[in-house]
Amino acid sequence: MITVVDYSLGNLSSVANMIRHVGHRCRVTGDPDEIVRADKLLLPGVGAFDRGMESLVRSGISDALSEAVLRRGVPILGICLGMQFMALRSEEGKLPGLGWINGEVVRFRLGDDTGLKVPHMGWNSLSIKRPNPLVEVEVRQRFYFVHSYHVVCFDESDVIATCEYGYEFVAVFGRGNIYGVQFHPEKSHRVGMSVIRRFGEM
Amino acid sequence: MLRHRIIPCLLLSKGGLVKTVKFSQPKYVGDPINAIRIFNEKEVDELILLDIDASKVGADPDFDLIERVAGECFMPLCYGGGIRSLEHAKRLFALGVEKVSIQSSALEDPRIISEIAEHYGSQAVVVSVDVKRGFWGKRKLYSSKAGKTLDMSIGDFISRCVEAGAGEVLLNSVDRDGTMGGMDYDLIREISSCLPVPMIAMGGVGSLRDIRNAVEAGASAVAAGAFFVFHGPHRAVLITYPRYDEMEDLFRGLE
Repeated sequence: MITVVDYSLGNLSSVANMIRHVGHRCRVTGDPDEIVRADKLLLPGVGAFDRGMESLVRSGISDALSEAVLRRGVPILGICLGMQFMALRSEEGKLPGLGWINGEVVRFRLGDDTGLKVPHMGWNSLSIKRPNPLVEVEVRQRFYFVHSYHVVCFDESDVIATCEYGYEFVAVFGRGNIYGVQFHPEKSHRVGMSVIRRFGEM
Repeated sequence: MLRHRIIPCLLLSKGGLVKTVKFSQPKYVGDPINAIRIFNEKEVDELILLDIDASKVGADPDFDLIERVAGECFMPLCYGGGIRSLEHAKRLFALGVEKVSIQSSALEDPRIISEIAEHYGSQAVVVSVDVKRGFWGKRKLYSSKAGKTLDMSIGDFISRCVEAGAGEVLLNSVDRDGTMGGMDYDLIREISSCLPVPMIAMGGVGSLRDIRNAVEAGASAVAAGAFFVFHGPHRAVLITYPRYDEMEDLFRGLE
């Protein structure tokens, strides 16, 4: 059973639908008591950093998440902003992140000469840095991204895959039971389904 | 290797999908859910769903239908039509919509864009800009709600919306809509040259070559309606979408 964390900002029905579509059970909740007892967590995210963090902290969800993830070692997958919350801080906001991953969130710094625009929005491919249970390496895999900020990992060993947009940035990280993906698996067709299926099988 | 997006744009009217020509003569093309399942199978880059009645009649978005549509969409979904408040946008995002497209309410007051962007980020707000040639052939901003051209400058309107936080511009040419006779490349070139955010160009796509031309003119993405739902000279309804390798060939040599 995958527990999808609802902090009343995220895009939940598409995530929940995809989880069910690949054959895993799913529950959507914002109740800290349920979150603290979950055996697998998915932290989705759309929106601005501070609003999300504020909502996580105020609702008591961030404490419940830390208890489940750090003390009980429950696998968690953060998607997009949900991934960014796991870092120490973000340039997008003033509030601290959950701080589970040694890294920070920065805005894309693209020179005018690149001709690239922010947000990075669209389909892009990954460069896999190390074997992992989440993302399989396959030709022509493309994932859907939509973001203006990205994570910078201070510990290189946390990086699972990178993506290139003006420069290389972290697209997937993993540290123990903690995983984050910058792309949207729930909107990435079959390759996205594969990520969700694999996470459910962990 | 970010490829340019090719986006089917579906028009919603009275619970069904329709396709217009120059924003009129809506022709029924099918059931939304059925169409979306087909686009899922074809692994389309993204979908745009526009309710062409909501703003005109002052109705709210059809949340029940949008929820069913979003639940079937394993690709990014942009919805537009009748969004008049942050509350509307909130409900849409909660239903699984990635982006909201705003036109009528932004014409009245671009602050709605700031409100939504502040909560959900710029990438979630698209400003929909319709352009129609006036009596003397001059391009003018068009209000689809009022059904007429406006005196406001196209450039000024876009700048104000982008400043307010719009992360993308959906630029549609009313005169080309549904004609499948090629796009307004001059317009695309002119607007994209000073645009700091991505542009989705729409209106007039009749071939893959048109899509490439629009990208060469500066569009980040190209949307089309008739091109993806009609087939043959008699416009029989048949949903199509280019294969991945066709798109790779199409954009070969482009940035």
